[in-house]
Amino acid sequence: MPIPPDLEQEPLDEPLEGELQEDETSNEQEEPSRDAGPPQIKVSVDDRLQSIPAAEQLTAKLETHNLNFWYGKHHALKDFNVTVPERMVTAFIGPSGCGKSTLLRTFNRIYELYPRQRASGEVLLDGENILVPNVDLNLLRRKVGMVFQAPTPFPMSLFDNVAFGVRLYERLSSSELADRVEWALRKAALWDEVKDKLKQAGGSLSGGQQQRLCIARAIAVKPEVLLLDEPTSALDPLSTARIEELVHELKADYTIAIVTHNLQQAARVADYTTLLYLGEVIESNDTPTMFTKPAKKQTEDYITGRFG
Amino acid sequence: MLGLYTRRRIVNFIALALSVAAMAIGVAVLVWILITLTQRGLGGISTRVFTENTPAPGDSGGLINAIVGSLLMTGLAMLVATPLGVLAGTYLAEFGRDAKLSSVIRFVNDILLSAPSILIGLFIYEVMVVKMGHFSGWAGAAALGIIAVPVIVRTTEDMLRLVPTSLREAAAALGAPRWKVIVKVAYRAARAGLLTGILLAVARIAGETAPLLFTALNNQFWNVNMNAPIANLPVVIFQFAMSPYEDWQQLAWAGSLLITVAILGLNIVARVVFRKRRVR
Repeated sequence: MPIPPDLEQEPLDEPLEGELQEDETSNEQEEPSRDAGPPQIKVSVDDRLQSIPAAEQLTAKLETHNLNFWYGKHHALKDFNVTVPERMVTAFIGPSGCGKSTLLRTFNRIYELYPRQRASGEVLLDGENILVPNVDLNLLRRKVGMVFQAPTPFPMSLFDNVAFGVRLYERLSSSELADRVEWALRKAALWDEVKDKLKQAGGSLSGGQQQRLCIARAIAVKPEVLLLDEPTSALDPLSTARIEELVHELKADYTIAIVTHNLQQAARVADYTTLLYLGEVIESNDTPTMFTKPAKKQTEDYITGRFG
Repeated sequence: MLGLYTRRRIVNFIALALSVAAMAIGVAVLVWILITLTQRGLGGISTRVFTENTPAPGDSGGLINAIVGSLLMTGLAMLVATPLGVLAGTYLAEFGRDAKLSSVIRFVNDILLSAPSILIGLFIYEVMVVKMGHFSGWAGAAALGIIAVPVIVRTTEDMLRLVPTSLREAAAALGAPRWKVIVKVAYRAARAGLLTGILLAVARIAGETAPLLFTALNNQFWNVNMNAPIANLPVVIFQFAMSPYEDWQQLAWAGSLLITVAILGLNIVARVVFRKRRVR
Protein backbone atom coordinates (compact mmCIF):
# COMPACT_ATOMS: atom_id res chain seq x y z
CA MET A 1 0.00 0.00 0.00
CA PRO A 2 1.37 3.36 -0.94
CA ILE A 3 -0.58 5.15 1.78
CA PRO A 4 1.55 5.92 4.80
CA PRO A 5 -0.56 5.59 7.93
CA ASP A 6 0.25 9.06 9.13
CA LEU A 7 -1.25 10.54 5.99
CA GLU A 8 -4.56 8.88 6.51
CA GLN A 9 -5.58 10.76 9.59
CA GLU A 10 -5.27 14.46 9.61
CA PRO A 11 -4.63 16.11 12.94
CA LEU A 12 -5.42 19.26 11.12
CA ASP A 13 -7.91 21.52 12.57
CA GLU A 14 -7.34 20.21 16.03
CA PRO A 15 -6.01 23.42 17.47
CA LEU A 16 -9.00 25.25 16.09
CA GLU A 17 -11.62 22.73 17.08
CA GLY A 18 -9.96 22.17 20.41
CA GLU A 19 -10.10 25.81 21.15
CA LEU A 20 -13.71 26.13 20.23
CA GLN A 21 -14.78 23.32 22.45
CA GLU A 22 -12.47 23.95 25.35
CA ASP A 23 -13.35 25.53 28.68
CA GLU A 24 -12.93 29.15 29.60
CA THR A 25 -9.46 28.88 31.11
CA SER A 26 -7.76 28.17 27.84
CA ASN A 27 -9.74 30.86 26.15
CA GLU A 28 -8.55 33.38 28.69
CA GLN A 29 -5.02 32.32 28.10
CA GLU A 30 -5.38 33.23 24.48
CA GLU A 31 -6.83 36.65 25.14
CA PRO A 32 -3.65 38.57 25.96
CA SER A 33 -2.01 37.54 22.74
CA ARG A 34 -5.03 38.78 20.86
CA ASP A 35 -4.91 42.10 22.61
CA ALA A 36 -1.26 42.39 21.81
CA GLY A 37 -2.04 42.62 18.14
CA PRO A 38 -5.36 44.30 17.49
CA PRO A 39 -6.27 43.67 13.86
CA GLN A 40 -6.32 46.82 11.82
CA ILE A 41 -8.40 45.24 9.13
CA LYS A 42 -10.98 42.54 9.26
CA VAL A 43 -9.52 39.37 7.89
CA SER A 44 -10.23 35.96 9.21
CA VAL A 45 -6.82 35.08 10.51
CA ASP A 46 -7.20 31.75 12.25
CA ASP A 47 -6.27 31.86 15.89
CA ARG A 48 -4.09 28.86 15.45
CA LEU A 49 -1.89 30.89 13.20
CA GLN A 50 -0.95 32.98 16.22
CA SER A 51 1.33 30.18 17.33
CA ILE A 52 3.46 30.09 14.19
CA PRO A 53 7.15 29.83 14.93
CA ALA A 54 9.41 32.47 13.53
CA ALA A 55 10.59 31.59 10.04
CA GLU A 56 14.23 31.53 11.15
CA GLN A 57 13.54 28.62 13.49
CA LEU A 58 12.32 26.42 10.67
CA THR A 59 14.17 24.46 8.07
CA ALA A 60 14.04 26.27 4.77
CA LYS A 61 12.79 23.97 2.04
CA LEU A 62 13.33 26.56 -0.63
CA GLU A 63 15.49 29.62 -0.40
CA THR A 64 16.59 32.18 -2.95
CA HIS A 65 19.79 34.19 -2.83
CA ASN A 66 20.02 37.26 -5.01
CA LEU A 67 17.68 35.72 -7.53
CA ASN A 68 17.24 37.77 -10.67
CA PHE A 69 14.96 36.96 -13.55
CA TRP A 70 14.61 38.31 -17.05
CA TYR A 71 11.96 37.94 -19.73
CA GLY A 72 14.17 38.94 -22.62
CA LYS A 73 15.19 42.44 -21.54
CA HIS A 74 12.51 42.87 -18.93
CA HIS A 75 13.98 42.51 -15.46
CA ALA A 76 11.15 40.77 -13.62
CA LEU A 77 12.76 39.78 -10.32
CA LYS A 78 15.39 41.96 -8.69
CA ASP A 79 17.70 40.43 -6.09
CA PHE A 80 15.14 38.21 -4.48
CA ASN A 81 15.92 36.73 -1.07
CA VAL A 82 12.93 34.74 0.06
CA THR A 83 12.43 31.61 2.14
CA VAL A 84 9.80 28.90 1.92
CA PRO A 85 9.85 26.93 5.22
CA GLU A 86 9.33 23.20 5.21
CA ARG A 87 5.83 21.82 5.74
CA MET A 88 4.32 25.25 5.94
CA VAL A 89 2.17 27.28 3.60
CA THR A 90 3.88 30.35 2.22
CA ALA A 91 1.85 32.89 0.28
CA PHE A 92 3.20 35.38 -2.23
CA ILE A 93 0.96 38.38 -2.70
CA GLY A 94 1.20 41.59 -4.65
CA PRO A 95 -0.39 43.41 -7.56
CA SER A 96 -0.31 42.01 -11.10
CA GLY A 97 3.10 42.02 -12.68
CA CYS A 98 4.95 42.10 -9.38
CA GLY A 99 6.73 38.81 -10.07
CA LYS A 100 4.74 36.36 -7.94
CA SER A 101 4.16 33.79 -10.66
CA THR A 102 7.63 34.36 -12.08
CA LEU A 103 9.13 33.53 -8.70
CA LEU A 104 7.10 30.34 -8.49
CA ARG A 105 8.19 29.40 -11.99
CA THR A 106 11.85 29.51 -10.97
CA PHE A 107 11.25 26.98 -8.20
CA ASN A 108 10.75 24.18 -10.74
CA ARG A 109 12.53 25.93 -13.62
CA ILE A 110 9.44 25.57 -15.77
CA TYR A 111 10.48 28.86 -17.40
CA GLU A 112 13.16 26.86 -19.24
CA LEU A 113 10.50 25.83 -21.74
CA TYR A 114 10.91 29.31 -23.20
CA PRO A 115 14.26 30.26 -24.70
CA ARG A 116 14.12 33.97 -23.89
CA GLN A 117 13.62 33.59 -20.16
CA ARG A 118 16.55 33.29 -17.80
CA ALA A 119 17.43 33.44 -14.14
CA SER A 120 20.60 34.19 -12.22
CA GLY A 121 21.51 33.90 -8.56
CA GLU A 122 20.62 30.91 -6.43
CA VAL A 123 17.51 28.92 -5.68
CA LEU A 124 18.28 26.40 -2.97
CA LEU A 125 16.13 23.31 -2.60
CA ASP A 126 17.19 21.55 0.59
CA GLY A 127 20.39 23.57 0.40
CA GLU A 128 21.26 22.57 -3.17
CA ASN A 129 21.30 25.20 -5.87
CA ILE A 130 18.84 24.13 -8.56
CA LEU A 131 19.80 26.85 -11.01
CA VAL A 132 23.11 25.21 -11.92
CA PRO A 133 23.15 23.69 -15.40
CA ASN A 134 23.62 20.03 -14.48
CA VAL A 135 20.35 19.71 -12.54
CA ASP A 136 18.03 17.10 -14.05
CA LEU A 137 14.94 19.17 -14.73
CA ASN A 138 12.59 16.22 -14.92
CA LEU A 139 13.68 14.91 -11.53
CA LEU A 140 13.49 18.42 -10.09
CA ARG A 141 9.93 18.85 -11.34
CA ARG A 142 9.01 15.50 -9.95
CA LYS A 143 10.04 16.78 -6.52
CA VAL A 144 8.49 20.20 -7.00
CA GLY A 145 4.95 19.86 -8.29
CA MET A 146 2.91 22.72 -9.71
CA VAL A 147 -0.74 23.58 -10.16
CA PHE A 148 -1.58 26.38 -12.57
CA GLN A 149 -4.12 29.14 -12.64
CA ALA A 150 -6.40 27.58 -15.22
CA PRO A 151 -7.21 23.88 -14.84
CA THR A 152 -5.28 21.82 -17.38
CA PRO A 153 -6.83 18.36 -17.59
CA PHE A 154 -4.98 16.22 -20.13
CA PRO A 155 -7.02 14.82 -23.04
CA MET A 156 -7.37 11.41 -21.44
CA SER A 157 -9.48 9.68 -18.81
CA LEU A 158 -9.64 10.88 -15.21
CA PHE A 159 -7.71 7.84 -14.13
CA ASP A 160 -4.98 8.36 -16.70
CA ASN A 161 -4.76 12.01 -15.77
CA VAL A 162 -3.86 11.16 -12.20
CA ALA A 163 -1.72 8.19 -13.19
CA PHE A 164 0.20 10.20 -15.80
CA GLY A 165 2.96 11.45 -13.53
CA VAL A 166 3.11 8.24 -11.51
CA ARG A 167 3.68 6.14 -14.62
CA LEU A 168 6.62 8.33 -15.55
CA TYR A 169 8.68 7.44 -12.52
CA GLU A 170 7.31 4.34 -10.87
CA ARG A 171 6.59 0.84 -12.07
CA LEU A 172 3.49 -0.10 -10.16
CA SER A 173 1.23 -3.07 -10.63
CA SER A 174 -2.21 -2.13 -11.85
CA SER A 175 -3.71 -2.59 -8.40
CA GLU A 176 -0.99 -0.49 -6.80
CA LEU A 177 -1.57 2.18 -9.41
CA ALA A 178 -5.30 2.09 -8.79
CA ASP A 179 -4.61 2.49 -5.06
CA ARG A 180 -2.37 5.44 -5.71
CA VAL A 181 -4.92 7.13 -7.94
CA GLU A 182 -7.61 6.63 -5.33
CA TRP A 183 -5.31 7.94 -2.62
CA ALA A 184 -4.50 11.09 -4.61
CA LEU A 185 -8.14 11.68 -5.51
CA ARG A 186 -9.17 11.25 -1.89
CA LYS A 187 -6.48 13.68 -0.81
CA ALA A 188 -7.77 16.16 -3.33
CA ALA A 189 -11.32 15.66 -1.99
CA LEU A 190 -12.50 14.52 -5.39
CA TRP A 191 -12.82 10.76 -4.98
CA ASP A 192 -16.47 10.65 -3.95
CA GLU A 193 -17.49 12.76 -6.91
CA VAL A 194 -15.60 10.83 -9.57
CA LYS A 195 -15.14 7.28 -8.32
CA ASP A 196 -17.83 5.95 -10.66
CA LYS A 197 -16.58 7.74 -13.76
CA LEU A 198 -12.83 7.32 -13.74
CA LYS A 199 -12.92 6.36 -17.41
CA GLN A 200 -14.53 9.60 -18.48
CA ALA A 201 -12.47 12.35 -20.03
CA GLY A 202 -10.86 14.83 -17.66
CA GLY A 203 -12.50 17.68 -19.51
CA SER A 204 -15.96 16.44 -18.55
CA LEU A 205 -15.66 17.79 -15.01
CA SER A 206 -16.67 21.22 -13.74
CA GLY A 207 -13.99 23.88 -13.38
CA GLY A 208 -13.59 23.36 -9.64
CA GLN A 209 -13.41 19.60 -10.07
CA GLN A 210 -10.88 19.98 -12.86
CA GLN A 211 -8.66 22.05 -10.61
CA ARG A 212 -8.90 19.45 -7.85
CA LEU A 213 -8.07 16.85 -10.48
CA CYS A 214 -4.92 18.82 -11.30
CA ILE A 215 -4.04 18.93 -7.61
CA ALA A 216 -4.61 15.18 -7.36
CA ARG A 217 -2.39 14.70 -10.39
CA ALA A 218 0.32 16.82 -8.80
CA ILE A 219 0.26 15.03 -5.43
CA ALA A 220 -0.04 11.55 -6.95
CA VAL A 221 3.68 11.61 -7.71
CA LYS A 222 4.35 12.50 -4.04
CA PRO A 223 6.32 15.65 -4.56
CA GLU A 224 8.06 17.38 -1.68
CA VAL A 225 6.96 20.86 -2.64
CA LEU A 226 3.68 21.97 -4.15
CA LEU A 227 3.57 25.25 -6.06
CA LEU A 228 0.10 26.70 -6.47
CA ASP A 229 -0.12 29.53 -8.98
CA GLU A 230 -3.40 31.32 -8.28
CA PRO A 231 -5.15 27.97 -8.08
CA THR A 232 -8.58 29.40 -7.32
CA SER A 233 -8.72 32.54 -9.44
CA ALA A 234 -11.00 30.91 -11.99
CA LEU A 235 -13.23 29.15 -9.48
CA ASP A 236 -16.46 29.90 -7.66
CA PRO A 237 -16.43 30.49 -3.88
CA LEU A 238 -17.49 26.95 -3.02
CA SER A 239 -14.74 25.33 -5.06
CA THR A 240 -12.32 27.90 -3.66
CA ALA A 241 -13.27 26.93 -0.11
CA ARG A 242 -12.71 23.27 -0.89
CA ILE A 243 -9.28 23.93 -2.33
CA GLU A 244 -8.33 26.06 0.64
CA GLU A 245 -9.36 23.25 2.98
CA LEU A 246 -7.22 21.00 0.90
CA VAL A 247 -4.22 23.27 1.29
CA HIS A 248 -4.70 23.11 5.07
CA GLU A 249 -4.68 19.34 4.93
CA LEU A 250 -1.80 18.98 2.54
CA LYS A 251 0.67 21.04 4.51
CA ALA A 252 1.07 18.21 6.99
CA ASP A 253 3.02 16.39 4.29
CA TYR A 254 4.08 18.98 1.76
CA THR A 255 5.76 22.32 1.61
CA ILE A 256 3.37 24.62 -0.16
CA ALA A 257 4.02 27.91 -1.93
CA ILE A 258 0.91 29.69 -3.13
CA VAL A 259 0.52 32.76 -5.28
CA THR A 260 -2.74 34.58 -4.83
CA HIS A 261 -4.44 37.84 -5.71
CA ASN A 262 -6.87 37.28 -2.93
CA LEU A 263 -5.61 38.74 0.34
CA GLN A 264 -8.27 37.00 2.39
CA GLN A 265 -7.12 33.75 0.88
CA ALA A 266 -3.54 34.42 1.91
CA ALA A 267 -4.74 35.27 5.40
CA ARG A 268 -6.81 32.09 5.56
CA VAL A 269 -4.37 29.54 4.22
CA ALA A 270 -0.84 30.82 4.69
CA ASP A 271 1.49 30.53 7.64
CA TYR A 272 3.90 32.98 6.06
CA THR A 273 3.23 35.77 3.64
CA THR A 274 5.56 37.71 1.39
CA LEU A 275 4.55 40.90 -0.36
CA LEU A 276 6.12 41.63 -3.73
CA TYR A 277 5.88 44.83 -5.70
CA LEU A 278 7.34 45.63 -9.13
CA GLY A 279 9.84 42.81 -8.99
CA GLU A 280 11.04 43.45 -5.47
CA VAL A 281 10.38 41.89 -2.10
CA ILE A 282 8.67 44.44 0.12
CA GLU A 283 8.10 42.46 3.30
CA SER A 284 8.08 38.92 4.52
CA ASN A 285 6.69 37.67 7.79
CA ASP A 286 4.33 35.22 9.43
CA THR A 287 0.82 35.86 8.21
CA PRO A 288 -0.77 37.24 11.40
CA THR A 289 2.01 39.78 11.79
CA MET A 290 1.84 40.71 8.11
CA PHE A 291 -1.86 41.36 8.34
CA THR A 292 -2.03 42.95 11.76
CA LYS A 293 1.26 44.71 12.41
CA PRO A 294 3.12 45.03 9.12
CA ALA A 295 6.57 46.57 9.51
CA LYS A 296 6.33 48.70 6.42
CA LYS A 297 3.90 51.38 5.45
CA GLN A 298 3.76 49.96 1.92
CA THR A 299 2.55 46.60 3.22
CA GLU A 300 -0.11 48.26 5.31
CA ASP A 301 -1.25 50.29 2.34
CA TYR A 302 -1.47 47.20 0.17
CA ILE A 303 -3.36 45.01 2.57
CA THR A 304 -5.78 47.76 3.42
CA GLY A 305 -6.39 48.36 -0.27
CA ARG A 306 -4.80 51.79 -0.57
CA PHE A 307 -2.53 50.79 -3.42
CA GLY A 308 -2.06 47.95 -5.83
CA MET B 1 -27.67 62.04 -46.19
CA LEU B 2 -28.51 58.67 -44.80
CA GLY B 3 -28.37 58.07 -41.11
CA LEU B 4 -25.30 56.20 -39.95
CA TYR B 5 -27.44 53.38 -38.67
CA THR B 6 -29.46 53.01 -41.87
CA ARG B 7 -26.28 53.00 -43.89
CA ARG B 8 -24.81 50.33 -41.68
CA ARG B 9 -27.92 48.20 -42.14
CA ILE B 10 -27.76 48.51 -45.90
CA VAL B 11 -24.06 47.62 -45.95
CA ASN B 12 -24.78 44.70 -43.70
CA PHE B 13 -27.56 43.50 -45.97
CA ILE B 14 -25.38 43.72 -49.05
CA ALA B 15 -22.49 41.90 -47.39
CA LEU B 16 -24.80 39.19 -46.13
CA ALA B 17 -26.44 38.80 -49.53
CA LEU B 18 -23.07 38.51 -51.26
CA SER B 19 -21.78 35.87 -48.88
CA VAL B 20 -24.98 33.85 -49.09
CA ALA B 21 -24.81 34.03 -52.88
CA ALA B 22 -21.18 32.89 -52.87
CA MET B 23 -22.05 30.01 -50.58
CA ALA B 24 -25.03 29.05 -52.75
CA ILE B 25 -22.93 29.02 -55.93
CA GLY B 26 -20.28 26.85 -54.26
CA VAL B 27 -22.77 24.37 -52.90
CA ALA B 28 -24.75 24.30 -56.15
CA VAL B 29 -21.66 23.40 -58.19
CA LEU B 30 -20.72 20.71 -55.69
CA VAL B 31 -24.20 19.22 -55.73
CA TRP B 32 -24.28 19.37 -59.53
CA ILE B 33 -20.97 17.48 -59.72
CA LEU B 34 -22.15 14.86 -57.25
CA ILE B 35 -25.48 14.36 -59.00
CA THR B 36 -23.89 14.02 -62.46
CA LEU B 37 -21.27 11.72 -61.05
CA THR B 38 -23.83 9.51 -59.37
CA GLN B 39 -26.15 9.41 -62.38
CA ARG B 40 -23.44 8.55 -64.86
CA GLY B 41 -21.34 6.46 -62.52
CA LEU B 42 -24.00 4.26 -60.97
CA GLY B 43 -24.91 2.93 -64.44
CA GLY B 44 -21.38 1.63 -64.85
CA ILE B 45 -21.09 -0.01 -61.44
CA SER B 46 -21.51 -3.78 -61.61
CA THR B 47 -19.78 -6.78 -60.09
CA ARG B 48 -17.57 -6.89 -63.17
CA VAL B 49 -16.00 -3.58 -62.14
CA PHE B 50 -14.59 -5.35 -59.07
CA THR B 51 -13.71 -8.66 -60.69
CA GLU B 52 -12.36 -7.98 -64.16
CA ASN B 53 -9.38 -6.13 -65.56
CA THR B 54 -9.62 -3.10 -67.78
CA PRO B 55 -10.88 -4.22 -71.17
CA ALA B 56 -9.70 -3.65 -74.69
CA PRO B 57 -12.08 -1.44 -76.69
CA GLY B 58 -15.29 -3.26 -77.44
CA ASP B 59 -14.62 -5.97 -74.86
CA SER B 60 -16.35 -6.14 -71.54
CA GLY B 61 -14.30 -5.64 -68.42
CA GLY B 62 -13.87 -3.93 -65.08
CA LEU B 63 -11.44 -1.86 -63.08
CA ILE B 64 -10.01 -4.30 -60.55
CA ASN B 65 -6.39 -3.92 -61.71
CA ALA B 66 -6.68 -0.13 -61.50
CA ILE B 67 -8.36 -0.25 -58.07
CA VAL B 68 -5.66 -2.50 -56.65
CA GLY B 69 -2.91 -0.46 -58.29
CA SER B 70 -4.28 2.75 -56.83
CA LEU B 71 -4.61 1.18 -53.40
CA LEU B 72 -1.04 -0.13 -53.53
CA MET B 73 0.52 3.15 -54.58
CA THR B 74 -1.61 5.36 -52.33
CA GLY B 75 -1.02 3.02 -49.40
CA LEU B 76 2.73 2.91 -49.91
CA ALA B 77 2.92 6.67 -50.42
CA MET B 78 1.00 7.31 -47.20
CA LEU B 79 3.03 4.73 -45.30
CA VAL B 80 6.15 6.74 -45.96
CA ALA B 81 4.65 10.23 -46.08
CA THR B 82 2.72 10.03 -42.80
CA PRO B 83 5.62 9.51 -40.37
CA LEU B 84 7.79 11.89 -42.40
CA GLY B 85 5.15 14.61 -42.46
CA VAL B 86 4.10 14.21 -38.84
CA LEU B 87 7.69 14.28 -37.62
CA ALA B 88 8.54 17.33 -39.69
CA GLY B 89 5.39 19.09 -38.51
CA THR B 90 6.27 18.19 -34.94
CA TYR B 91 9.71 19.72 -35.36
CA LEU B 92 8.21 22.95 -36.68
CA ALA B 93 5.59 23.22 -33.96
CA GLU B 94 7.45 21.91 -30.93
CA PHE B 95 11.18 22.25 -31.33
CA GLY B 96 11.97 24.84 -33.95
CA ARG B 97 9.06 27.14 -33.34
CA ASP B 98 11.15 30.30 -33.47
CA ALA B 99 14.26 28.98 -35.19
CA LYS B 100 15.43 30.64 -38.40
CA LEU B 101 15.69 27.24 -40.06
CA SER B 102 11.99 26.68 -39.39
CA SER B 103 10.84 29.68 -41.35
CA VAL B 104 12.93 28.47 -44.28
CA ILE B 105 11.44 24.98 -43.99
CA ARG B 106 7.95 26.43 -43.71
CA PHE B 107 8.49 28.52 -46.84
CA VAL B 108 9.86 25.61 -48.86
CA ASN B 109 7.06 23.40 -47.63
CA ASP B 110 4.47 25.91 -48.73
CA ILE B 111 6.04 26.06 -52.18
CA LEU B 112 5.96 22.28 -52.38
CA LEU B 113 2.35 22.36 -51.21
CA SER B 114 1.31 24.57 -54.09
CA ALA B 115 3.65 23.15 -56.72
CA PRO B 116 1.83 21.82 -59.80
CA SER B 117 1.73 18.07 -59.42
CA ILE B 118 2.88 17.53 -62.98
CA LEU B 119 6.24 19.03 -61.97
CA ILE B 120 6.59 16.41 -59.29
CA GLY B 121 5.76 13.75 -61.84
CA LEU B 122 8.46 15.09 -64.15
CA PHE B 123 10.95 15.19 -61.30
CA ILE B 124 10.35 11.55 -60.41
CA TYR B 125 10.48 10.66 -64.08
CA GLU B 126 13.91 12.23 -64.24
CA VAL B 127 15.36 10.76 -61.02
CA MET B 128 13.65 7.36 -60.97
CA VAL B 129 12.07 6.32 -64.24
CA VAL B 130 15.01 7.36 -66.41
CA LYS B 131 17.55 5.80 -64.02
CA MET B 132 15.60 2.56 -63.71
CA GLY B 133 14.90 2.45 -67.41
CA HIS B 134 11.18 1.75 -67.06
CA PHE B 135 7.95 3.01 -65.52
CA SER B 136 7.02 1.45 -62.21
CA GLY B 137 4.69 1.41 -59.24
CA TRP B 138 7.60 2.50 -57.03
CA ALA B 139 7.98 5.67 -59.05
CA GLY B 140 4.24 6.32 -58.88
CA ALA B 141 4.20 5.86 -55.10
CA ALA B 142 7.22 8.14 -54.73
CA ALA B 143 5.53 10.91 -56.70
CA LEU B 144 2.34 10.58 -54.66
CA GLY B 145 4.36 10.56 -51.43
CA ILE B 146 6.08 13.81 -52.35
CA ILE B 147 2.68 15.40 -52.88
CA ALA B 148 1.33 14.07 -49.57
CA VAL B 149 4.22 15.14 -47.32
CA PRO B 150 3.74 18.93 -47.39
CA VAL B 151 0.01 18.56 -46.74
CA ILE B 152 0.73 16.51 -43.62
CA VAL B 153 3.55 18.78 -42.48
CA ARG B 154 1.33 21.82 -42.71
CA THR B 155 -1.69 20.41 -40.92
CA THR B 156 0.42 18.72 -38.25
CA GLU B 157 2.16 21.97 -37.44
CA ASP B 158 -1.06 23.96 -37.43
CA MET B 159 -2.87 21.45 -35.25
CA LEU B 160 -0.03 21.15 -32.73
CA ARG B 161 0.13 24.92 -32.48
CA LEU B 162 -3.50 24.91 -31.43
CA VAL B 163 -2.66 22.80 -28.37
CA PRO B 164 -2.47 25.28 -25.50
CA THR B 165 0.99 25.77 -24.01
CA SER B 166 -0.57 25.43 -20.57
CA LEU B 167 -1.07 21.72 -21.30
CA ARG B 168 2.59 21.31 -22.17
CA GLU B 169 3.61 23.23 -19.06
CA ALA B 170 1.38 21.06 -16.91
CA ALA B 171 2.89 17.88 -18.29
CA ALA B 172 6.44 19.21 -18.00
CA ALA B 173 5.69 20.28 -14.41
CA LEU B 174 5.03 16.64 -13.57
CA GLY B 175 8.54 15.78 -14.65
CA ALA B 176 7.65 14.46 -18.08
CA PRO B 177 10.52 14.55 -20.57
CA ARG B 178 9.83 16.51 -23.72
CA TRP B 179 9.11 13.59 -26.00
CA LYS B 180 6.52 12.28 -23.55
CA VAL B 181 4.90 15.68 -23.37
CA ILE B 182 4.62 15.66 -27.14
CA VAL B 183 3.58 12.05 -27.66
CA LYS B 184 1.28 11.58 -24.70
CA VAL B 185 -0.23 15.02 -24.36
CA ALA B 186 0.20 17.18 -27.47
CA TYR B 187 -0.51 14.42 -30.01
CA ARG B 188 -3.48 13.28 -28.00
CA ALA B 189 -4.92 16.75 -27.74
CA ALA B 190 -4.44 17.30 -31.47
CA ARG B 191 -5.27 13.84 -32.72
CA ALA B 192 -8.50 14.79 -34.51
CA GLY B 193 -6.61 17.45 -36.41
CA LEU B 194 -3.67 15.17 -37.16
CA LEU B 195 -6.03 12.54 -38.53
CA THR B 196 -7.80 15.15 -40.64
CA GLY B 197 -4.47 16.17 -42.11
CA ILE B 198 -3.61 12.62 -43.05
CA LEU B 199 -7.03 12.10 -44.61
CA LEU B 200 -6.68 15.35 -46.54
CA ALA B 201 -3.43 14.03 -47.93
CA VAL B 202 -5.08 10.74 -48.93
CA ALA B 203 -7.86 12.64 -50.64
CA ARG B 204 -5.35 14.83 -52.39
CA ILE B 205 -3.25 11.99 -53.83
CA ALA B 206 -6.07 9.53 -54.52
CA GLY B 207 -7.22 11.58 -57.47
CA GLU B 208 -3.85 12.80 -58.73
CA THR B 209 -3.36 11.94 -62.38
CA ALA B 210 -0.54 14.09 -63.66
CA PRO B 211 2.26 12.69 -61.47
CA LEU B 212 1.29 9.12 -62.40
CA LEU B 213 1.34 9.73 -66.14
CA PHE B 214 5.12 9.60 -66.37
CA THR B 215 5.80 7.39 -63.38
CA ALA B 216 3.45 4.45 -62.93
CA LEU B 217 2.05 4.93 -66.42
CA ASN B 218 -0.74 2.40 -66.76
CA ASN B 219 -1.19 -1.29 -67.33
CA GLN B 220 -3.98 -3.03 -69.12
CA PHE B 221 -3.35 -6.26 -67.24
CA TRP B 222 -3.39 -7.51 -63.70
CA ASN B 223 -0.18 -6.53 -61.98
CA VAL B 224 0.85 -6.17 -58.36
CA ASN B 225 4.56 -6.00 -59.08
CA MET B 226 5.62 -2.54 -57.96
CA ASN B 227 8.69 -2.77 -60.17
CA ALA B 228 6.61 -2.65 -63.35
CA PRO B 229 4.09 -0.20 -64.83
CA ILE B 230 0.91 -0.52 -62.83
CA ALA B 231 -2.71 0.34 -63.52
CA ASN B 232 -4.35 3.05 -61.43
CA LEU B 233 -7.76 4.69 -61.35
CA PRO B 234 -6.83 8.30 -62.22
CA VAL B 235 -4.87 7.44 -65.36
CA VAL B 236 -7.48 4.88 -66.42
CA ILE B 237 -10.18 7.51 -65.96
CA PHE B 238 -8.11 9.97 -67.96
CA GLN B 239 -7.54 7.57 -70.85
CA PHE B 240 -11.02 6.05 -70.90
CA ALA B 241 -12.83 9.36 -70.60
CA MET B 242 -10.88 10.77 -73.55
CA SER B 243 -11.57 7.71 -75.68
CA PRO B 244 -14.32 7.52 -78.29
CA TYR B 245 -15.59 4.17 -76.95
CA GLU B 246 -18.82 4.31 -75.00
CA ASP B 247 -18.07 1.40 -72.65
CA TRP B 248 -14.69 2.92 -71.76
CA GLN B 249 -16.37 6.23 -70.98
CA GLN B 250 -18.86 4.36 -68.83
CA LEU B 251 -16.02 2.74 -66.87
CA ALA B 252 -14.36 6.15 -66.42
CA TRP B 253 -17.53 7.43 -64.77
CA ALA B 254 -17.71 4.38 -62.56
CA GLY B 255 -14.06 4.87 -61.53
CA SER B 256 -14.66 8.52 -60.70
CA LEU B 257 -17.61 7.59 -58.55
CA LEU B 258 -15.52 4.95 -56.79
CA ILE B 259 -12.78 7.42 -55.85
CA THR B 260 -15.31 9.96 -54.61
CA VAL B 261 -17.22 7.44 -52.54
CA ALA B 262 -14.02 5.98 -51.12
CA ILE B 263 -12.75 9.37 -49.94
CA LEU B 264 -16.16 10.29 -48.55
CA GLY B 265 -16.43 6.95 -46.77
CA LEU B 266 -12.93 7.24 -45.32
CA ASN B 267 -13.77 10.65 -43.90
CA ILE B 268 -17.03 9.49 -42.41
CA VAL B 269 -15.52 6.38 -40.85
CA ALA B 270 -12.65 8.38 -39.35
CA ARG B 271 -15.05 10.88 -37.86
CA VAL B 272 -17.33 8.24 -36.40
CA VAL B 273 -14.45 6.25 -34.91
CA PHE B 274 -12.94 9.37 -33.43
CA ARG B 275 -16.21 10.58 -31.97
CA LYS B 276 -16.81 7.26 -30.23
CA ARG B 277 -13.38 7.34 -28.67
CA ARG B 278 -13.90 10.84 -27.41
CA VAL B 279 -17.12 10.06 -25.62
CA ARG B 280 -15.71 7.08 -23.84
